[in-house]
Amino acid sequence: MTPRRRRLILVGLMLLGVAGAVVLALTAFQENLLYYYTPTQVSAGEAPRDRVFRVGGMVTAGSFKREPGSLEARFVLTDYENDIVVSYTGVLPDLFREGQGIVARGKLGADGVFVAEEVLAKHDENYMPPDVADTLRKQGDKRVTTPIATSTVENEAP
Amino acid sequence: MWLWFHKLSSPPHAFRTAGRLRPWFFWPAVLLIAIGTFGGLVLAPEDYQQKDAFRILYVHVPSASLSLMVYVAMAVGAAIGLIWRMKLAHAFAAACAPIGAWFTVLTLATGSIYGKPMWGTWWEWDPRLTSELILLFLYLGYMALRASFDDTQRADRASAILAIVGVVNVPIVKYSVVWWNSLHQGPSISKLSAPSIHGSMLWPLLVMMLGFVLYFAAVMCDRIRSEILRRERNASWLSEIDAET
Repeated sequence: MTPRRRRLILVGLMLLGVAGAVVLALTAFQENLLYYYTPTQVSAGEAPRDRVFRVGGMVTAGSFKREPGSLEARFVLTDYENDIVVSYTGVLPDLFREGQGIVARGKLGADGVFVAEEVLAKHDENYMPPDVADTLRKQGDKRVTTPIATSTVENEAP
Repeated sequence: MWLWFHKLSSPPHAFRTAGRLRPWFFWPAVLLIAIGTFGGLVLAPEDYQQKDAFRILYVHVPSASLSLMVYVAMAVGAAIGLIWRMKLAHAFAAACAPIGAWFTVLTLATGSIYGKPMWGTWWEWDPRLTSELILLFLYLGYMALRASFDDTQRADRASAILAIVGVVNVPIVKYSVVWWNSLHQGPSISKLSAPSIHGSMLWPLLVMMLGFVLYFAAVMCDRIRSEILRRERNASWLSEIDAET
């Protein structure tokens, strides 16, 4: 075995070892690495009860409610299997709208309502011009969301 | 077959080749980036949801790809240098690091600027964002480790190991949005089905990416030349080059 070959094997083994260690570590910490829980995980009781965590999902169409003169918003978050009611007081991000994916950070109340401290909009990987979006919307493509909620939010926000 | 390899690995030859290739990378890069910028900012239509804010991807996406590609190039260079004891490969790896670090900074900065209006936050400890930040620390660590040795050969070997070990982070950055729930959107182009970005918005991005790659190659030519000069400062061939130019 030439020294060159030995070094090649050594580097290969080193890389393999580190990769293996990282894979093991990431699998072990899978739960802690979880950026957000889905509504299904929350209703299955997998989410922490008395700790702040994040929940992510789609805002159900027609579920957005806000009392006039109030900043408190209520909406239903869904992953198309389970729902969770979210209440949030404050200004929502620009991309917030019904049918949009969002991530909310907060605590689960005793009544099962998720009280959010922060709401972040999650954008999907689709990019298209407005006229293409209109055509898709007419064809009933579910990927395209209509910005209804945003306009009402903007009008009511102080 | 190995002749060109040995020829290229000789510092004087590599020095001259890099100098000769540089304009062939640089000017097309300038042209492509100019076309890509015009196409991205003027010709491409606005996004149906994100309006004009999506246009930051014309800088964000190419610099993010480059931040990963440069790291892989650096690790490959370091591995070749370590295994075949090739000094030029070490010089290549050393020259890669600052460029890659700047691409990473650019990625994080543009992502942050995009994140504030679109997501509602400058920074989140999300898998994609965190792993990209670790990539920056790997670049900085590599450079700091190199700088801590006075002897170039020792710096080469020690830093090569860090570069090779750190390559494990590259697939984590790339697939973080697929493996975990992430705030960051999933891949739009590099997937098996059709790209989920409309053609009128896609072409400036591809032009921009090619421009960034060529720009990297052009800067690389300069950096590797100065790296060779630094390493070979006492060599006799340098005085001959002086006479030539």
